[in-house]
Parts: sequence; C-alpha cells; structure tokens
Amino acid sequence: MVAVTPILETPQVVPPARRPRRPKIWRGAVLGIAAIYFLVPLGASFWYSVYNDQQGFSLSAYLDIFSAEGFGTSMLLSLALAVATIVLVLGLTLPAMLAVRLSAPRLGPVLEVICTLPLVVPPITFVAGISMVLRWGPDYLAATPLWGTLIAIQNETFPVVLVLAYVVLALPFVYRSLDAGLRAIDVRTLVEAARNLGASWPHVVFRVIIPNLRTAIAGASFLTLALVLGEYTIAALLGYRTFPVWIVTISGANGQLSVAVSILSLLLIWLLLLFLSSAGSKRRSTS
Amino acid sequence: MTASVEFRGLRRVFGSTTALDGLDLTIAPGELIALLGPSGCGKTTALRCVAGFETPDAGAVLVDGKDITRLPANRRDAGMVFQSYSLFPNLNVRDNVAFGLRVRKVPAAKRHARAAELLELVGLPTHAERYPHEMSGGQQQRVALARALALEPRVLLLDEPLSALDAKVRVTLREEIRRLQLELGITTIFVTHDQEEALSVADRVAVLRSGRLEQCGPPAEVYDRPSTPFVAEFVGTMNHIPGRLSGNEVTVLGQLLPVDGPVPSSSSEVDVLIRPEAVLVTPSSEGSAMIVASSFRGSSARLRVQLGELEVLSDVPGHEAMRLAPGTRVSVSLVQRPVLVAERTAAVPAVQASAKSGNPAGVS
Repeated sequence: MVAVTPILETPQVVPPARRPRRPKIWRGAVLGIAAIYFLVPLGASFWYSVYNDQQGFSLSAYLDIFSAEGFGTSMLLSLALAVATIVLVLGLTLPAMLAVRLSAPRLGPVLEVICTLPLVVPPITFVAGISMVLRWGPDYLAATPLWGTLIAIQNETFPVVLVLAYVVLALPFVYRSLDAGLRAIDVRTLVEAARNLGASWPHVVFRVIIPNLRTAIAGASFLTLALVLGEYTIAALLGYRTFPVWIVTISGANGQLSVAVSILSLLLIWLLLLFLSSAGSKRRSTS
Repeated sequence: MTASVEFRGLRRVFGSTTALDGLDLTIAPGELIALLGPSGCGKTTALRCVAGFETPDAGAVLVDGKDITRLPANRRDAGMVFQSYSLFPNLNVRDNVAFGLRVRKVPAAKRHARAAELLELVGLPTHAERYPHEMSGGQQQRVALARALALEPRVLLLDEPLSALDAKVRVTLREEIRRLQLELGITTIFVTHDQEEALSVADRVAVLRSGRLEQCGPPAEVYDRPSTPFVAEFVGTMNHIPGRLSGNEVTVLGQLLPVDGPVPSSSSEVDVLIRPEAVLVTPSSEGSAMIVASSFRGSSARLRVQLGELEVLSDVPGHEAMRLAPGTRVSVSLVQRPVLVAERTAAVPAVQASAKSGNPAGVS
C-alpha cells in the first residue's frame, strides 16, 4: 500500500498545472453569455423605469410605487396567499413523503408521478377546468352545505381557491426539493434512533426530521413563494387582483411604474432567497 | 438494571421470505450473546423485534418475563446502536448523547453532566462540542454507544455496529464494547455476520440459519463441537475428508481417529470434518501431496494441498510459509484428537472445503 499510493497520487497532481487556461476561458465565456442574457433585459428595464424623453433621469417611478392605488392590498394579498400555500403544501407533502419512505417504499414512484403531474398540465388548461367547476358547482350543489363552501372559497379578500390551485402548481417543486433533502439523510435510521431513545412521533418529526431538512424546506418554501408572487394566468382569469395582476393592470396607465414595481419585486425575492439560504445552512446548538 | 430476554417461538414473514421461523432463545441477565449467521438468516429481524421496529407475526419477546411484543418502540427499555451512522446530524455530540434525557425532560445541567460522564466512558471526553460530520466512523459509533447507554437501559442492542469501520478500529472497538459491557453488566445482544467478532467478544454465540437457531453455546464449544454441518461450515473453515467408520473410530488418510458426537447410521462411508489448523503438513521429497497455493496472513498461512483427487486446506504458522511454498512436495497427517463426522456429501467433498478458501474470514 505504502509503495503504491504515491504513484497513484502523482498523476492527479500534475495535470492541473498544464491545463488551467482552457477551463478558465470557457468558464468566462459561459458566465459572460449568461450575464448578458439575464442582465441586459434587467438593465433595459431599469433604464426605462428611470428615464424618459420629457423628464430625463428621475427616480420618481420608484417613489410613486408606495402611493400607487392597489399596491399595498395586492401585495399583501399575494404574500398572504404565498404563506397559506407554503403551509398547506408542506403540510401535505412532508407527512406523505415520510410515510411513503418509512412504511410503503413501493408507493414512492406513484407519489412521484402524482407530484410531478402538474408540470405537464398548462396553467391555462388548469384554470379552464377550475372555472368550469366553479360555474357548474353551484347548480348541482345548491341544496347541500357544500354550496356555502364553494362561495366561501371564492371570497374576494382571501380567495382560498387560489391557494388550492397554487398548492397543485407548487407540488412538483416542493416534491423535488424535499426529495433531495430526504435523500441526503438516512431517514429510517434517524427515526428509529429517536424512537429507541423514547421520542414520540411528533417529537421525531419536529425535533429530528424537520431540523435536518431545514435547507430542503427553506428551498421548497422559497420556490413556492416565488411561484405565487409571479403567477398571473390563474389569478387573472379567475378575476382576483393579486400582485402580478395589479402590475399588468397598472402598466396600461403607467408603464414606468409597472416596470419599477417588477424590478423592486425581483429584488425583494432575491433578498428573500439570500435570507432563506443563509438561514437554511446555519448550524446551531439547540439544547 | 440488567434483565433477561427471551424469544419465544418468534416468527416473521416478509412476502415470500421467512425471516424468523420459530426462533426460541433465552438470554441470561448480564450476558453478551452474539447472533451470528449469513445475511438473511433473521438475526437483525430478531434484534428489531426486541427494539420494537418489527412486530413478529407469531411468538413473543419477553424482557424479565414481561411480554413486550406489542409495546411501542419509544416505551421500551433497550438502547440500540445501529449499523449505519445514526447520530442526529443537526446536534453536537453532547446533545446527541443527551437526546434521550431531553425527551424525558431532564434539566439541562443534569443531562449535560450525564453526557460528559458517558463521553468519558467511551473515551471521547473532549469531543462534546463537535458535530457528527467532524468525526471519524469509529468515533461516531462510540458516541452512538454512549447515546444508547444514556438512559441506563436494561438491554443493549448492537446491530452490526462495527461493520462499516476499518479492520483495526473494528478490533479495538469490539474489545472496548466488551469491556464496557462487563463493567456495566448489561444484557447485550450483538448481531454480526463476522464469526471472528462473535467468537471473540460473546459469552455465548447463537448461530442462526433461515430464521432458526442452529446452535447456541460458548464460543469454544461452537467452534470445536459444531452441532450441525452448517455451523461447522459457517463458523471457521472445515475440510471434508472421506473416511471409513468402524465402530467409534474412523479411518481417515490412513490414520485411526476417535469419533466425537453423533454417527450417521446409513453408511460407514462418511465425511470427516477437520479444521485446517488440525491438518499437519511436513515437507518431504517422497510425500504424496503437493502444495498448490499459499495465502499468507501474517501470523499464519493457509495452504491448499493437493492430495490425489482431494484438496485440503491447512493452516500453518506464518514463519513456516517460506519453507512451505507452492510446488513443495509434502506429507499430510492429522492431529490425533476426536473428530466430527457427517454423512458423505454426494458432490466431490473437497470442493466444498476449497470454495471456502477464497473467503478467509468465513464472511458471507
């Protein structure tokens, strides 16, 4: 062993000295192309939002955002919808995935297919189906208590029907994120170790599983948040004034303002991402 | 603190495979018993029945005479160390060890003191602040052991705790486990597929095969007087050498040896079971046998010796290996002591013995 190891190791040390230039060039090229692709539209938008021929350079569009009519309510509505969607989608998928992993591994592929399915259904088809049900529902359910429910979920101030729709849309992303997290830890052994030490099931889930899935849960939450803050089709076609719908509405009246809002929301989401990823990776002692 | 454990007619079937097929075994208080067998023999399933991770289809598990078969896992009094690293990755070593105490709402100061005491016991007093990913496999298993002992369980369950470690750590850790076990006097069930591990630490070794108990006894007895041919093959290595019975003696390779144990009644043509270390090899130019292969293992060397149609394995001291190189003509004799006999196997008997040689530790 002693004689063999150095011989095996030397070729690994030598090549980087000879080959470093090429990857660097390629890395730079790829980064540059990606940067142009993403930054040029952003820069153009920003320029559009701060400059026009009559007034010249001005940041007034950004200052107007907060006083614009409908900004606050639509933003709050979208954030509330996002929070509700995150809670519901995690509350559904996490226990389901844990249960499948621990006691019915054979159902794993079934769960995967179900959770990935929304990806292949275009939102427009989805919303057509939903509005059809919402229109037909009352006729058939008029005599039952479900009629009241159907009306309640369409409440203007908090449309639960959107939460339900977003849960379906978010499923593939949440599933992927949690699946990656669960793959990284040996769930069965951790659960058994905790059970063996006297932990009840809730204790196992909240003290052992969730802390070790923090990054995955943060990722899933973030993807859901971004999805809800950017979803236009369903909300618009069902007639609710969420944040993206408001942006589109306002762009007719004030183009600069709508672009300024878009850039601001992009920054907001970006900051949230930074915050979540740093919170997810932080290790701390709990006892 | 310590308790007896009894398996009573334990049966567990997974689909088409029977993991446990009526296992009966009683483990005395304070005893370290090794459950030994090839993979799929049901040893881990038996252990998991004690821990509460498996519910037997039939039969019962009793601890101190009390039936715990239906008790949920978190209310059992058995600490377990797992095969794979099972420390909670988000907690440091101290919190890992104190996890069970935290579940029982022991105050922080008290559980930290207890954790420190246990880390001292497993030889890691300065590692309390570390996280599992910062430690080696052997250290992680030590912490896992401390964690399993933190609640002062009456039974300690070890599910192949050393199989993921490298050879040297494996040996030191198993000795340490034994030392701790003797010190605490805790009833311990040690599942392993490594016969050397089982023989070296256990008070008694229970050999399992297809969910049934083949033999249970002290290590020396299981090795020297295997009660079935399966045990003989699985624990250590056996040569099958054809012999002829005459009363209570057997003629084998021209030697007359006394027979130990039961004698097959069907025929006087039998297989004589001989350990490789009981096959003596001496170089001689007119010897009838020839060494065909030799594998050196440091303290000993295992030789494959061609003897006419027959091939036998012989273990000789390591320093003899030079003298007994492949190609050397030798004469073969057997140590004069009682031997086990088995019914003659239809296949060429020696092949069975030589097939084992590729697998020195008898691991399967």
